[in-house]
Amino acid sequence: MAKITLDNLAHSYLPNPASEDDFALKELNHDWEDGAAYALLGSSGCGKSTLLNIISGLLHPSQGRILFDGKDVTGAPTAERNIAQVFQFPVVYDTMTVHDNLAFPLRNRGRDEAYVAERVQEIARMIGMEDMLRKKARGLTADAKQKISLGRGMVRKDVNALLFDEPLTVIDPHMKWELRTQLKKLHHDFGHTMIYVTHDQTEALTFADKVVVMYDGRVVQIGTPEELFERPEHTFVGYFIGSPGMNVIPAKIDGNKAYINGSFVELSQGYKPLDGKVEIGVRPEFARLSQSEGLPVKVRRVEDVGRHKIIRAEFFGTDINIIAGEDDRISADMNRVTFDAAHVNVYANDWRVQGSAA
Amino acid sequence: MEKTVNQKAWFLVLPVLLLVAFSAVIPLMTVVNYSVQDTFGNNQFFWAGLEWFKEMLESERMWDALGRQLMFSGIILAIEIPLGIFVALNMPKGGFWASLCLVLMSLPLLIPWNVVGTIWQIFGRVDIGLLGYTLDALGVNYNYTQDTVAAWITIVVMDVWHWTSLVALLAYAGLKSIPDAYYQAAKIDQASRWKVFRFIELPKMMGVLMIAILLRFMDSFMIYTEPFVVTGGGPGNATTLLSIDLVKMALGQFDLGPAAAFSLMYFLVILLISWVFYTVMVNLDKREG
Repeated sequence: MAKITLDNLAHSYLPNPASEDDFALKELNHDWEDGAAYALLGSSGCGKSTLLNIISGLLHPSQGRILFDGKDVTGAPTAERNIAQVFQFPVVYDTMTVHDNLAFPLRNRGRDEAYVAERVQEIARMIGMEDMLRKKARGLTADAKQKISLGRGMVRKDVNALLFDEPLTVIDPHMKWELRTQLKKLHHDFGHTMIYVTHDQTEALTFADKVVVMYDGRVVQIGTPEELFERPEHTFVGYFIGSPGMNVIPAKIDGNKAYINGSFVELSQGYKPLDGKVEIGVRPEFARLSQSEGLPVKVRRVEDVGRHKIIRAEFFGTDINIIAGEDDRISADMNRVTFDAAHVNVYANDWRVQGSAA
Repeated sequence: MEKTVNQKAWFLVLPVLLLVAFSAVIPLMTVVNYSVQDTFGNNQFFWAGLEWFKEMLESERMWDALGRQLMFSGIILAIEIPLGIFVALNMPKGGFWASLCLVLMSLPLLIPWNVVGTIWQIFGRVDIGLLGYTLDALGVNYNYTQDTVAAWITIVVMDVWHWTSLVALLAYAGLKSIPDAYYQAAKIDQASRWKVFRFIELPKMMGVLMIAILLRFMDSFMIYTEPFVVTGGGPGNATTLLSIDLVKMALGQFDLGPAAAFSLMYFLVILLISWVFYTVMVNLDKREG
């Protein structure tokens, strides 16, 4: 296991990238701590898979270096990096038995059969497939195949990191949960460095210690699930994480007040004058519908999703969402909204601005 | 789910049944008709029973032709299948060069059989053919009209030239369907080139290869035009394959009865071998699953 360092890393699929827009992965510096579980979260085409393929060595970056425990491996082929990767579609060797599948990486490295057999048994126990070792891999279900590809990665003791490229895409919903739990347990028990690529926020937030959110080829925030929820550094993070996402409302900031169409909202911090596109971001969880307090809002629709209610409303021409408790009564005369000042973030040109105590 | 039973549905099969009857069953029955009769001319026919079948089964001529035929199919399969796979593996994976390869390789498939025969007939001639003349000038004793080995080499090489493309194209299609992730996983697992072929490419190509083998077997077993144009079945009877022999018998000697019996047995042999082959392959496939 190793610490993985990305040093000034960037990648473009074009031979001569001219502007920043040509880069699928924009310049990035980051340390993946040894033994941590990371999720790489972002919508399709944001550069997640590019980054993953660079780490595993399937892709050579246009610029920058990758270091494993301080050793430069930028030019090293995949096989030398001792990386394990689980792909979106299960990759198993159809004609082999489960046992031979698991033994494959070890046999290719010329390990003796006694060691191979012992190691395969161990891994089979870890992934819960001991009783299937004699079966051909072909007839197995998608989740069993994914377990095999995971096992094939872990069978090597010298594996530096386990990479997952949206591994649960083809798995049935009820098995997804089980596999994710098993993954977490494996991480807990064996402490592999894991990097898990997904566009599903639930998967990312439940799996990882730290979530890396990517947007348009750039890492926009790295943080714990709480940090991503409470203080999204970029409007994309606020919008992408949460269900529904953060409300983003155009505003003018003056000191510790945000003016929206002449009315104002209190902020918990004071801000210097801001240039460019200025917005405030409030999560639906921190907005509250009321009869008398706050600013006017036009309620369009109330959706009861079971555990809570989502109120879709119009607020000075902007669509906003408000979450109310399951048992909260919503009456027709509730046409005002208040925001919890401590959870209102201010954004200039999509990036969060840190205020100073008011 | 409850299945609805409606016997009227059989009527839906009727058009196909009629079509097959007129295109295959009825013509076949006329052959069956000839195979059990004898004629002394004047359009007079006599019942001969299974006499012709017996005669044919005892005829050394037919067994020799069958032997040659099996050898021919065996040789061309043994060459074309591995060669086709090899070509497919070495083709560019995409872009302009891949398209160019595909077009060039399709060309032999588009040439009519007797044109292929004529091309090779001329190509191999010692007096005016590029190949024959060159070999002769180099001191190689090559003359397909007199030498059995030379005749065989010529018709085998001709068939390989004509049909390897088909195997290669099918194998290429099979290869193209393998997702990149398999190759990436193999890299991560440090699999050698041979293992990538043995455990990823070959299994994924198995389906199309089965079709390729079956097609090439049936086609080569029925081959007539090309060897007939090149060698006319000679020297002697050295390249007289089953269909060439059949035509000689039916149209050359006008032995309708024996020829009809011969045809039926010829047909049954192809059917039998194809069926055995298919069954074996399908069972292999199932057992592995």
